[in-house]
Amino acid sequence: MAEDKYKEARIGVFLCHCGTNIAGTIDIDAVREYAKTIPNVVVVDNYAYMCSTPGQNKIADAIKEQNLTGIVVAACTPRLHEPTFRNATAAGGLNPFRFEMANIRDQNSWVHMHQPEEATEKAKDAVRIAVAKASLLEDLIPKSVPVEKTAMVVGGGVGGMQAALDLADAGIKTYLVEKSPTIGGRMSQLDKTFPTLDCSQCILTPKMVDVYRNKNIELLTYTEVEAVEGYIGNFDVTLRKKARGVLTPAEAEARGIVGGGCTGCGDCAEVCPVIKPNPFELGMAPRKAIYIYHPQVSPLIYTVDFDSCVKCGLCVESCGDKKAIDLDAKDELITVKVGTAILALGYDIYPIEKKFEWGYKNYDNVITSLEFERLICASGPTGGHLIRPSDGETPKRIAFVLCAGSRDNTDTGKPYCSRFCCMYSLKHAHQIIEKIPGAVPYIFYMDIRSFGKMYEEFYYRIQNEGAKFIRGRVANITEDPVTKNLHVNAEDTLLGRPIDMEVDMVVLAAAIQPSAETEKTRRLFGVSCSQDGWLLEAHPKLNPCGTTTAGVYLAGVCQGPKDIPDTVAQAEGAASAASIPIHKGEVELEPYFAVCLEDKCAGCGMCVYQCPYSALSLVEKDGRTVMHVTEAKCKGCGTCGGFCPGGAIWMQHFASPQIVAQIDAFLLGGEQ
Amino acid sequence: MADENWKPKIIAIICNWCSYAGADLAGGARIQYPPDIRAVRVMCTGRVDPLFILKAFQDGADGVLVSGCHFGDCHYLEGNYKAAKRMFLLKSVLKNIGLDDKRLRMTFVSASEGAKWGTVMTDVVKTINELGPSPLTEVAR
Repeated sequence: MAEDKYKEARIGVFLCHCGTNIAGTIDIDAVREYAKTIPNVVVVDNYAYMCSTPGQNKIADAIKEQNLTGIVVAACTPRLHEPTFRNATAAGGLNPFRFEMANIRDQNSWVHMHQPEEATEKAKDAVRIAVAKASLLEDLIPKSVPVEKTAMVVGGGVGGMQAALDLADAGIKTYLVEKSPTIGGRMSQLDKTFPTLDCSQCILTPKMVDVYRNKNIELLTYTEVEAVEGYIGNFDVTLRKKARGVLTPAEAEARGIVGGGCTGCGDCAEVCPVIKPNPFELGMAPRKAIYIYHPQVSPLIYTVDFDSCVKCGLCVESCGDKKAIDLDAKDELITVKVGTAILALGYDIYPIEKKFEWGYKNYDNVITSLEFERLICASGPTGGHLIRPSDGETPKRIAFVLCAGSRDNTDTGKPYCSRFCCMYSLKHAHQIIEKIPGAVPYIFYMDIRSFGKMYEEFYYRIQNEGAKFIRGRVANITEDPVTKNLHVNAEDTLLGRPIDMEVDMVVLAAAIQPSAETEKTRRLFGVSCSQDGWLLEAHPKLNPCGTTTAGVYLAGVCQGPKDIPDTVAQAEGAASAASIPIHKGEVELEPYFAVCLEDKCAGCGMCVYQCPYSALSLVEKDGRTVMHVTEAKCKGCGTCGGFCPGGAIWMQHFASPQIVAQIDAFLLGGEQ
Repeated sequence: MADENWKPKIIAIICNWCSYAGADLAGGARIQYPPDIRAVRVMCTGRVDPLFILKAFQDGADGVLVSGCHFGDCHYLEGNYKAAKRMFLLKSVLKNIGLDDKRLRMTFVSASEGAKWGTVMTDVVKTINELGPSPLTEVAR
């Protein structure tokens, strides 16, 4: 069958110069003349930019004039322009899946820039390999599937909240999943925001309330993603609602407790005998075993920490008729169906104690910037009075160490810029000048990166307010064992001299890293990550919100360090992108699914165990057992086709004869 | 040993989501590596039938590279595990027929590892150059 098809093939080959990107290395004329000699090739053409309108027209015209059965474009990479050339193929009246691309730029001219002859030979081979496949390609019809008109946002920080609000306001029912008992994220831990000096909570809490009140948002706090199945338009997400031990008014009503459920009064926490550090205050304030993080939480529902609860029952007693507390609560698994999902997983602070030379966790008065935020915040553990942890005194000389763990190529650092530390350290400098008379901030920096709108102006303002700037990374910090003062040792690289400065407190602008849940969650959703663990966008410039998994989008720092304005902007972009398939109502899936060649199938069933999606099953047909493919479940990986001992599985577009033809074309084709 | 003009014929069967993307990234970053390898793209290394590789050796390939996503990172959950198992088995088959199993290699290169792709390419070409032409080349001709 394949041989007949191969003989009848009429292939057009189109070579792209890509300006000088390709033609500057590869001898296009030589490849063109060579391509004319390849079996089945009936037309060869070349053009400066095949992706341009004239280039695409060449393809469409040639199909009509030469009655072509397959198209090969030798150009950049199918990951960039396969859709373009498929459209051009379709414009000529040919099925778009009769197109094959030869990668002669990204995997040839750009990586063999100084070996033009070898690169030209490689391009000839690549064209020959592509022609062999194109000769055997078939018409394929993409299947359309309906899209579930709901969305999910994972992560309830400012990015996740913004994305959920946008989706909900566009009329889409949205599940907002947050692992902790409240939404708000990192931003709710901050005191002020640069460069406007807006109070962080003041601008955040209205959004938290909006999220809680929005009828299209189903808020699922204290919930984690457990499993994800399906594909764009039809994700089945299993969620673990962790045992909260406290009923909301709605849950209480469902249990027949009239007028019951948690009102957030706090009587339970008052009587609870267990005291634990509050993670929201980074352990600098206590909380009980039944707790809320802070007074502005949303939803205002208490949570039992079952790891520390001693089940004395005092809280149940104090709750009285509201009967909100259930100390026998168990985790609950629920499954929701969504069309698209946005990951807004946020970040964690890098464990800066790994940079032992700065003595964090060793010296009392060395703190991180996030601890500084809590200490300077009016709602924080000290009521906004910055104090030295060692003696409770107000510090006067405060050193800020920038790039603490960022821009650091050693084993104990992160190579990237964490992007907002410069700006928040400037803000910190302003805050101590404002709050503590006579206090002087000393900022040890490598470069001040104040790149955003009104950021540079803010930098000037802080300079004028009296902050001292010393260009140099801090080598080490030592502690005076008596006074607990700190000696900061650095080189002032502008003056070219070493510095030993005695200060009362050191604030480390620690690097950030992907949040602890990022790795697990990204794997559930099938999203790739970069070497640093930040989630990988579909294209760094042209698709910064998308991922390579259709229907899954990214918002905020989980994609890479960014400040609040950029996070919110990306969240709005992701919400827009995630709403498109939902509003469209259906999506086309690439028709790469498996087909059983029933005359060859022996019904052994080995393939059934290979399929990771349970798409294959054995059925009785005409008195014998054969394999059956559930197309909606098949994602086209071909794992079954790579295993079938009888060659009975036809992987559309990547069929065995097509792949073998490519192998033969490379290794034998040149000599036929 | 081979004559001076001998150039290794190496085929790489690589997955669309990780290694092919990593190879493209190497291009974007202009990472230079030896031009002796020809790539065939599949959606997942799970697609790689061991017979493809045997066919390549039968056709006279001096080396075969199969490259996919890192374990746990497969776009299709576990195709790369299954591919790795098959390659492991296939290596012992190659040894049994008298072919050095270093001629078959499986690597894991993610979409963000352009530099690693360059290293893998360089290393594979070096290995095959050391091994010289496949003993099956004569049979294939």
